[in-house]
Order: sequence, then C-alpha cells, then structure tokens
Amino acid sequence: MTHHTLSVIVEDKPGVLARVSAMCSNRGFNIHSLAVGPTHMAGRSHITMVVDAPEVEQLKKQLHKLVNVIKVQELDTGRALETEVMMVRVSCEPAQRGELGGTADLFGARMVDLTSNTIAFEISGTPGHLGDFLDQVRPYGIVDLVKSGRIAMKQRSEKPLTLTPTASRT
Amino acid sequence: MRNNHFTGSHSLLRSLEHEGVEVVFGVPGGAILPAYDPLLDSPIRHVLARHEQGAGHMAEGYAMATGRVGVVFATSGPGATNLITPLQNAKMDSTPLVAITGQVGTSAIGSDAFQEAHTTGLAMHCTKHSYLVTSADEIPDIIHEAFHLASTGRPGPVLVDFPKDVLNAVTEWRTPTLSGLPGYKPTREGHPRQVKAAVEMIEASSRPVLYVGGGVIRAGATPELVALAEAANVPVVTTLMGRGAFPDSHRLALGMPGMHGVYAATTAMQKADLLIAIGVRFDDRVTGDVASFAPGAKVIHVDVDPAEIGKVRRADIPIVGDARSVLAAMVERVTERRVEGPAPERADWFAQLRDWQETHPLSYTQDPDGPIKAQYFIERLHAITGGDAVVTSGVGQHQMWASHFWQFEKPLSWINSGGLGTMGFAVPAAVGAKIARPDEVVFAIDGDGCFQMTAQELITATTENIPIKVAVLNNGAYGMVQQWQKLFYDGRISASDLGTTVPDYPKLAEAMGCVGLRVTHPDEVDIAIEKALSIEDRSVVIEVVIDPEEMVFPMVPAGGSNDHIAMGPEDL
Ligand SMILES: Cc1ncc(C[n+]2csc(CCOP(=O)(O)OP(=O)(O)O)c2C)c(N)n1
Ligand SMILES: [Mg+2]
Repeated sequence: MTHHTLSVIVEDKPGVLARVSAMCSNRGFNIHSLAVGPTHMAGRSHITMVVDAPEVEQLKKQLHKLVNVIKVQELDTGRALETEVMMVRVSCEPAQRGELGGTADLFGARMVDLTSNTIAFEISGTPGHLGDFLDQVRPYGIVDLVKSGRIAMKQRSEKPLTLTPTASRT
Repeated sequence: MRNNHFTGSHSLLRSLEHEGVEVVFGVPGGAILPAYDPLLDSPIRHVLARHEQGAGHMAEGYAMATGRVGVVFATSGPGATNLITPLQNAKMDSTPLVAITGQVGTSAIGSDAFQEAHTTGLAMHCTKHSYLVTSADEIPDIIHEAFHLASTGRPGPVLVDFPKDVLNAVTEWRTPTLSGLPGYKPTREGHPRQVKAAVEMIEASSRPVLYVGGGVIRAGATPELVALAEAANVPVVTTLMGRGAFPDSHRLALGMPGMHGVYAATTAMQKADLLIAIGVRFDDRVTGDVASFAPGAKVIHVDVDPAEIGKVRRADIPIVGDARSVLAAMVERVTERRVEGPAPERADWFAQLRDWQETHPLSYTQDPDGPIKAQYFIERLHAITGGDAVVTSGVGQHQMWASHFWQFEKPLSWINSGGLGTMGFAVPAAVGAKIARPDEVVFAIDGDGCFQMTAQELITATTENIPIKVAVLNNGAYGMVQQWQKLFYDGRISASDLGTTVPDYPKLAEAMGCVGLRVTHPDEVDIAIEKALSIEDRSVVIEVVIDPEEMVFPMVPAGGSNDHIAMGPEDL
C-alpha cells in the first residue's frame, strides 16, 4: 500500500497526541510511524505521521477537525526531506571489529557502545539509507534494534543537499 | 485584587452567566459540590434530573428546541460515565452542548481515587473537544472557548472537566478572549466560484433533488432553502434530522427518504440527475447500498464540515460553508437568472414525482373497531393540535411513524435521536424542550421500550413543574427489533417481547405525579388527546395500546439498494 507522509503542526498541550492517535484508531487509519517533537515556535509541536491510508484526503480533513491541530500538510514523497534515527547492536567478535567499523564509516554510522562481543551503532538518514546499512550488518547478527519515528519537512530546493555520507540515498 | 471568597466555582458560574446561560440540567456529587453552592445565588436555574443521561438529553432537547447551547452538570466518575450516551448522541446529531464535570483533586488524578474516571479520555471519542482545567485562572477563557466551539462551525458537545481543588481555588474573573484557538477557523462563506458553478449545474439539470438535513436546521436556513427551492423549481427531500427544515405542506416537499423513507422521496434520489445536498452526510440510513445509490446523479455538497464532503460520496461541486450563507448566495445568483427567464419547468420530472406519490403513498388501515394503529393516533394528534406542538420521539417504529404521519411545517419542532438512535431520548428531551419553550405544547411520542429506559425523568418534570405530554405507543414489544425478527429471522422472536401488562403505565405516571390515561379503542383517541391538552399544570401520560402486528413500511433492508423498496412484507 502507498505510504503518505504528513507534516502536522499542533498546539503543544497535554493530550494532543492522544487525540490524534484516538482519531486514527477510531477511523481505521493505520499509522506506520509517528514522531513528535517541539518546533522553533513557542507552544507548537510538530508531528510527522507516515500512514497507510488510501483515504489520505479524509485523514487530512479529520486531522484538521481536531481543535488543537493548526496545520496539516502532505509531503510529496519525491519532495520531502526525511530522516530517521536508528540504534542497532550487532554481534561482533574482536577480530571482526575492523571490517564492521569500515562498513559503518561508509554509512556514517557512529559507534555508541562496545562490549567484548557486540558493537552498538547509531545512524541517521533516510529510511532507504538505514535499510541498506541493516542489510550490510545483518550477517553479523542483530542483537537489538530501535528506530525513532520518521521525521520529515518540506524540501524547498530543487535537489536535497547531501553533506554527510552519500551512500545509497533513496 | 483577589477576594478570598471568590473561587473557581464562582468564576465558573460567572462565566456561564456571561454566556447567557439561563438553565443547567444536572445531578450533584462530591467532586462537583463546590460548584453547586454558588449556584444557589446565581440567576441560573438548575433542573435536578434523576439520572445524568436524562440531564444530558434534557440539555440536548433544550438546544434542539432553541438552537442555543444546552448545559449539563455531572460529578466525577459515575456522573461523567452516565453522560457518555448524551455526549455521543449530541456529537452524532451536531447538537451544541457544554458538559461541566467534576473531577477528583489534581493531586489524586491517576491514582484510582474514589469516583475517579479518566473523563477527558472517555470524552475524546464522543465530544467535539474537551478540556481538563488545571488552574482556576483559566476558567473564563476555557468556558468562553467551550461555548464558541459548541455553537460554531459544525456544532457539537464540548466537555470541561474541573478537578475539585480548581473549583475551590481562589481566583478572579476577567472578560474572556478567544485567543486560545489558533487551529479553529470554521469556514462560513461558500466560495463564490463554486456557488456560481452550482447554480449553473442546478439550472441545467432536468431531474434535480434538494437533499436536506439537520445542518439546515442548525444553521437556521429554512427561509433561504424555501427561496432556493422555489426560485430554482427543485423538489426537496428532508432526512430524519432535517424534518421541519422545509414545510411538508409545500408543493415541492417530497418527505423523508431512506430505509423507511417515502417511496417518492427515495426514488426521486435514485433517479435524479443532480443531488443538491445541504447539511447532510449521506448516512447509510439514507443511501442504503452506497454503490447503487443515486447512480445517475451529480452531486453538489454543501457542508460546514469539510470532512463530510467526499466522505461517502464524491462531490462534483464541494462547497464548504454555513448552510445559511451558502444558500443565500445561491438564491442571489438564481434570482439573477430569473431576470433572464423563468425557472426550468421540468414538467416530465414533476409528473413522474406526482405519479410516484400517488401510486406509492404512505398508508395504513384503521379498523373502526380496533386495535388502534399507531399511525392513526399520530394523525389524530396532529389534527387535534393543529400541528402546533414540539414533538420529541424515542427510537423504533413509533419514531418512523411520527416522522411519517406528523406534518412538519417549521424547523426546531422535531426533536429526535437520529444518528445514534438512542432509546430513552424522548421524555428527557421533551423536558428540556419545554423549559426552552414554556408556552408551547411539547409532546413526546414514545415507545413502551424507550419509555422504560428514562421514564423516571417524569419525576423531574413534576418536581420542577415542567408539564409535558407523553404518548406511550404500547405494542408490548421492542417493535422495531421484532419487525426485523419477523422479516429476517424466520419470525423467531428473541428477547423483544415486553408484555403489555407490566408496568401499568397510568399508575406509573400517577406515581410520578402525572396524570395517567389509557386508550385501547379508536373511539377513545380524540377524547384522550383533548383531555391531555386541557391539563396544563401537570404532565400527562397517555398509554396508547396499539396493534402489535403493525410494521413500518416502506422499507429497504439494511445494506440493500434503494432501487428495491418494499411497500409491505410481501415485497421482501
Ligand atoms: C439504548 C438502546 N438500546 C437498544 C437499541 C436497539 N433498539 C432499537 S429500536 C428498539 C426497540 C424500541 O422499542 P420501543 O420503544 O417499544 O419502540 P417500538 O419499535 O416498539 O415502537 C431497540 C431495542 C437502541 N436503539 N438504543
Ligand atoms: Mg414498543
């Protein structure tokens, strides 16, 4: 099913996220990923929602209907800046550290924890970039994995800049 | 300067007075007790209901009879949970309501304290918006916002939950502002280009139908609707919630469409080339099977709630706006067109509609020796009152018959539970309507099953001196349930018989301080109605023992196509 990414500005008030998710569950909109955080504007939070909704127009209208929702924007997949943070711990014997470290460097992943037989990395980027990194480290054995929800904002330039690793941007 | 005697409770009442509230309906309890004390000194009248559900429906009845915001008070926990049904009812029928609930003290919230319920959480699904007040200083703004939200845009219920310590906190009152609603900007005016396109589409249509609902009543748009129908020469169907939005006696009126709709109204929509939908939401009780609904019709959809447009049926011309201002804009354009020439005659279409009306009327047969048919009783009630009454109803067969056989001429005269279908609505809604319109006769046309759900509110009517009339159409059954069992479950009657002997309705009425009457023969009907109308100082309950075999027709079975309307059981 097609994913839609919505950028939603809401009032930063208790219960707003609950209202958004209650509405989605009531009306059967399936939330694939959801991330909330503050914005540069006082009293405003930003929600990035990725949904599997064939009826995305209806979802946008229902979001708008929530009194605490200020703005709803659908981000066009080709024209959105999207990123996600992932932490992943993989099995790694001391002898494998060099090789795995090299792979991590290529992807711009940062080591955040090390034990005698595991390494934990933190990596951010597009969902495709994270997926490619996972494909590379999967053979070592994934021990633990956490992802933030996806956050997104509108792309205003013709082409997104890529300052950090360029490997397999999607 | 802060006055130590002026607390959150005072601020709440001051705010309600500021909103022009004249009456609140409620039941007190521990958490909301602080608010009940200054109520004694306020000009606001409190009507003590016998159950919070009753209080909620009274507030709805009040709102539906006036177009103003109804207000209900309840305590925390069970008081608040008892309000869930009226809140959802008001949400479904877009009724402006403000619910004030008590809550346990702020520090006890979340601790499973005595009579604690997560009221704002519960309300999330059954209100337009809700608030938990965290500081007494917020009260003026929050109450002002609550009334604004309840009564503007698409009206609906708003709940404000007050922790007990907030009601007790010392505070001061100041004139409220609406600065706290950055995301709430309902559109009132329809887009002029859309309005123009709509009028052109109407003028070009050969088989148009105005499909009109509760939104027209909430917007007070009846004069504009009548003007548009006349100037554009378009017939009108009125949904269950829209009854009274357009006068039934008008030559362009076709009556109610849908599952139990008038044949001509339902069929007109099926065969239309254009539906002009105003303040309606293409409810499944109107459309039947959506895929086969009005297959040849283009759609102009006017609604103040953008989310209704395109939700069920794609609109060729969507117009977001208040029904009254959009209709007024349409009338203006159509009137310009009339300068150029007369309205399209649509002779074939009107001839066809007349034919459907004549060949498929609403009908029933009253045997002069009885039993009484519900339809006959309602027709007599209409004739004897001259239609000069506010009618409320419960949910079931009697509701459909009331909608069929009462002629609605004015908006705000039909108060029923359409969207939620809440049994027990009629009696408390009648109490609320009577408070709002004390000089008018308010008649609840109720079923025996519905009556048994909230009849105790007649005690409220008596003790508060709010005299209403109730007709209990007693078929000894959950008649509508039984109708389905007879038609679709091989006549196997499961849990829908109520018996006709218990309770003894006149005695029950008398026990609650009302006059109780019973009619069993058609000859007694007029006498009982006249007697009921002559009693003004007390409520009157007429038990009408009706034919339990009678069924509601026309009927389109649930999910069926509106192309196949059964005029009687033989057609199913
Ligand atoms: C609160 C509630 N419970 C159950 C129902 C399901 N229901 C719909 S109509 C009906 C029967 C109503 O009986 P009565 O008031 O006697 O009306 P009648 O159909 O006999 O005229 C029932 C049980 C409902 N609508 N509301
Ligand atoms: Mg009954």
